[in-house]
Amino acid sequence: MSLRQLIQTTILAGLIALPFTVQAGDAPTPEIPKAKEKATEEYGCVAPTDYMRKNHMDELMHKRDKTLRKGIRTRKFSLAECINCHVTPDEDGQFASFGEDEHFCSSCHNYASVSVDCFSCHRDTPEQTDYQHTFNTGDNPHHGKIALEGNKLSVETLQVLTEGDQQ
Amino acid sequence: MTNKTYNADLSRRHFFSKAAAAAGMAVAPGVFLRQVHARPAEQAATSEQRWGILIDTNKCAKGCDSCVTACMDENGWGRADASEDKSGPHQKAQWIRKVTIKDKQTGHVQSLPLMCQHCENPPCVDVCPTGASMKRADGIVLVDKHICIGCRYCMMACPYKARSFVHEDLEDQKVVAPRGKGTVESCTMCVHRVDKDGTPACVEACNADNHNAMYFGDLKDPNSEISRQLKDYGGEQLRADLGLNTGVRYQGL
Ligand code: SF4
Ligand code: SF4
Repeated sequence: MSLRQLIQTTILAGLIALPFTVQAGDAPTPEIPKAKEKATEEYGCVAPTDYMRKNHMDELMHKRDKTLRKGIRTRKFSLAECINCHVTPDEDGQFASFGEDEHFCSSCHNYASVSVDCFSCHRDTPEQTDYQHTFNTGDNPHHGKIALEGNKLSVETLQVLTEGDQQ
Repeated sequence: MTNKTYNADLSRRHFFSKAAAAAGMAVAPGVFLRQVHARPAEQAATSEQRWGILIDTNKCAKGCDSCVTACMDENGWGRADASEDKSGPHQKAQWIRKVTIKDKQTGHVQSLPLMCQHCENPPCVDVCPTGASMKRADGIVLVDKHICIGCRYCMMACPYKARSFVHEDLEDQKVVAPRGKGTVESCTMCVHRVDKDGTPACVEACNADNHNAMYFGDLKDPNSEISRQLKDYGGEQLRADLGLNTGVRYQGL
């Protein structure tokens, strides 16, 4: 057998053996943490789950450019809102960090061996001090509460105060 | 203007702007206060505004660092961020710093906050090879860390030493201020607040401490407090000779 033939046979044998060595079910299917609330009644998330599974990265990419470069701060596809809703605390109230299997993003990304670098800059857990507030303000019809943002009265609050004054 | 009347004036302005928006009324014959309202979240920032900060160095208290600590708390650098522990003080991020200057002739000592001056013609943007250094339509200069390669040309180009480089892995950043290793950063004029009709943290802190040395507002709106101040009392650019037309101005230099 020439060297060339030897190599060919080895590669062939390897290819045939491949399906047997990596068997379906070897890696445990990821346990994906449940989201905290429903963003929409229709599909739970801001878009249908199938769509989100396939396209979340593109949506995040569009959103990041719009937000940073144009100042468009809508909540749909905002990374902060994804984190607020999807990264949930364990029984002790502790949040998993990105990288740990319990973290919503890592649960899948670890399984699929797809690395992301969002979290070298972005916060990977909800900001506990005021995320409830940010979650309750703004354009989501499901969260109509008036909230204080930092020390500043929100526009809605101001409106209520000033309009009340005029009557 | 005393501190008290200034604050009273602020709340009155809020009241009148809302009232004017509701009824379209004139405050006095011929004087209409411009409608002040938040830009809707889905609308892009436009060049109809140019945001600026005016700093009255005579009111800026020596030894006070309220603006600096407020910025740290808001954006999570410096004191609030204990994780950059391997970097020396000269390497750590500094978005805003207090600077003391002395006139050699008279011995007059002044203290002032120095941060990104949000230049209209920003050298940092000129030199950036990737387009990461950018100026928004409303004049706020930012680093798009998604595409910054950390070459630090902008740090060398900035005449005000306004930019910092992050040398270490960080965690628990503020939601409003993503920041991480290998990218350059600087004052964002609290763009996340400005987009929601808010005031930068430094300005808010200075007013809260009753120093009232900082005004934030729209330089293109002739009725804004900052424009009125600039019209009545003037305001200098640092290194005006460079022709950068800075968005941050100083009085009493
Ligand atoms: S002050 Fe420096 S960082 Fe800020 S816009 Fe001007 S050149 Fe750029
Ligand atoms: S460090 Fe980043 S922002 Fe600065 S010039 Fe290089 S790529 Fe541009």
